[in-house]
Amino acid sequence: MKKEILGLMTAACLSAAVSTCAFAADYSVSTDGSTSMEKTIGSLGEAFMEKFDGAAFTYNPTGSGSGIAAAKEGRCDIGLSSRALTDEEKQDLDGTTIALDGIVIVVNPQNPVSDLSVQQIADLYTGKISNWKDIGGADAPVVLIGREAGSGTRDGFETVTGTKDQCKYRQELTATGDVITTVSQNPNAIGYASLAALSDKVKAVTVDGVTASEETVQDGSYKVQRPFVFVTRKGEKLSEGAQAFFDFSFSDEAKPIIIQSGVVPLN
Amino acid sequence: MNLSDKSNKDSVETIASTIFLILGVINIGFVLLICVYLIIAGLPAIVKIGPIDFLFGTKWASTAADPKFGILPFILTSIYGTAGAIIIGLPLGFFSAVYLAKIASKKVRYVVEPLIDLLAGIPSVVYGFIGMLVLVPSIRTLFGLPDGASLFAAIIVLAVMILPSIIKVSITALEAVPQEYELGSLALGANEIETYYRVIVPAAKSGIAAAVVLGVGRAIGEAMAVMMVAGNAANMPSLFESVRFLTTAVASEMSYSSGLQREALFSIALVLFVFIMMINATLNVLLKRGGVKRK
Repeated sequence: MKKEILGLMTAACLSAAVSTCAFAADYSVSTDGSTSMEKTIGSLGEAFMEKFDGAAFTYNPTGSGSGIAAAKEGRCDIGLSSRALTDEEKQDLDGTTIALDGIVIVVNPQNPVSDLSVQQIADLYTGKISNWKDIGGADAPVVLIGREAGSGTRDGFETVTGTKDQCKYRQELTATGDVITTVSQNPNAIGYASLAALSDKVKAVTVDGVTASEETVQDGSYKVQRPFVFVTRKGEKLSEGAQAFFDFSFSDEAKPIIIQSGVVPLN
Repeated sequence: MNLSDKSNKDSVETIASTIFLILGVINIGFVLLICVYLIIAGLPAIVKIGPIDFLFGTKWASTAADPKFGILPFILTSIYGTAGAIIIGLPLGFFSAVYLAKIASKKVRYVVEPLIDLLAGIPSVVYGFIGMLVLVPSIRTLFGLPDGASLFAAIIVLAVMILPSIIKVSITALEAVPQEYELGSLALGANEIETYYRVIVPAAKSGIAAAVVLGVGRAIGEAMAVMMVAGNAANMPSLFESVRFLTTAVASEMSYSSGLQREALFSIALVLFVFIMMINATLNVLLKRGGVKRK
C-alpha cells in the first residue's frame, strides 16, 4: 500500500513539476503505457528533470497495450510495455529493453519443496495440483497467496506462467510485504513477490533449477521474469528531448535509479 | 449591570452564533458534497452493469478478459461479518458494561475504564497486524484449516474492535437510569442482580440498542484490519473461507483500477454508503426515543 501511495505522490509531484516548468522547458518527453513500470519510469523521470533543469516529463499510466498503441499512433514519444513486443508489432515498432522484472516464487522455510518448473507453478496456481505431496512435499493442501487484481506483480506473474484469470487464490493481498509475512506464517503457503522484496523470512524456490538473482534474471536463465520495454517507432527520429531521456535511461548514471525501483537493469 | 454592557453581550452572542452557524453549515456541506459525489461517481457503473447483475451477481472478476461485476458476495460477507461481530461482541460488551456501571468497585472501574478507552484508540492497522501474525495462524492450527485467513478471523477482530463503543455507550445508558428505580426495586425486596437485570437494563434498553447500532456502524465500515485477516478472495461467504467485504473490495483494488473497474468500485462505495446511512437513521430514531425516557 505504502508503495502505491508513494507512486501516486511521485505522480502528483511530477505533474506539479511539469506544470510549473512547462514554459522553461528545453526538453519535453511524453511516455505512455505499462502501469507496472510506474515506479521505474517515475524515478527515471524525476532524475531526468533534475539533471536537465526545466525539462518536462510526462507519464500516462494506461497499460502496456495502450502504450504500444500510443507509440504506434505517435500520441507519445516513448511507449512503455512490460512485455516483449510481438512479431506483428515489431514490423513498425522498435522495442528496447530497459530493465528486467524478476518475480520470485516463495514458500515457507519449513516446506521441503525447493524446486518447481514453470508448468508446476502454473498447475499449482490453477488448482491442478492441490496437495504438496504431488510434487514431493508434505501431505498438506496448497494455499495460494497472490496480489490484488490490477497489481503489476500479479499481472507479470500470471502472464509469465500463462494463468491469466485462472488463479484460484486463497488470499489476495495488497502489498508485497503482506505476501511475504503471510507465507512466512503458513507452512503450506506459496506466494510471489518482486525480486527486490525478497527477505529471509521465506524460502525462494528455484525455477527449473535456477535460483532467482540479479545475474540469472539478466542472462535470462531464470524464467519467471518479464522485460520493461521502451517502444519507439521504426525509422523515425525521436524528438531532441525524447532522445535525451532515452540516452539518459540507458546510461550508467540511471542504473542505480533503476535498481532502486526494484528491477534489474539490462547490461 | 448597565445598558452598554448588555448590548455588548448581545453582539458577542450574535457573533458567536454566526460563527457556529457557519461551522455547522460547513459540516453539512461536506456531507452533501460526499453524497453528491458518490452518487455521481457510483451510479454510471450500476447503470452500465445493470442493477440486478451488479447487486445480485455472484461473480467478481474485475480485470478478467470478460469482466464480471457481481457484488453479492461482498454484500453478504459484510452483513454476515457484522452480524457475527455483534453476536460475539454484544454479550461481552453488555455484561462488561453492567459490571462496570453497577457492580464493580470504584478501584476496578478506575483501572478498567481507561484501558477500554485505550482499546478504542488503537489504530485499526494494528488490530489487523496482530490478527495477521497471531490470530490467523492460531485459527489455522486450532481448526486444522489449510489457511486461517477467513470470515471467522475477521469476525473476531471486528468483535474486539466494536467492544469499546458498545461498553462505553451502554455504561452511559445504564447510568442515566434514575437512581429512584434502583432504590425502589431494592426497597421492594429484589436483590441487586435482580434489580440490575429486571429494572435498570429494561429502563436503559434504548441506549443499549443505540450501542449496538453504533457497533454495527463501526464494524461495517472497517476496512484496514479486515483486509489483513480476511484473505480478500471474492468468494461467497462461508465461515472458514477467504472472503472480501464491501470496504476491502473498494480499498484493495482502487490503487490500480481504471475504466469500468474504477467506476464499479465507486458503486460499491455507494452501496456501502447507503448501508451506513440506514444504520445512522436507525441510530437517530433510537436515540430520540431513548432521550425522552432518560430525561
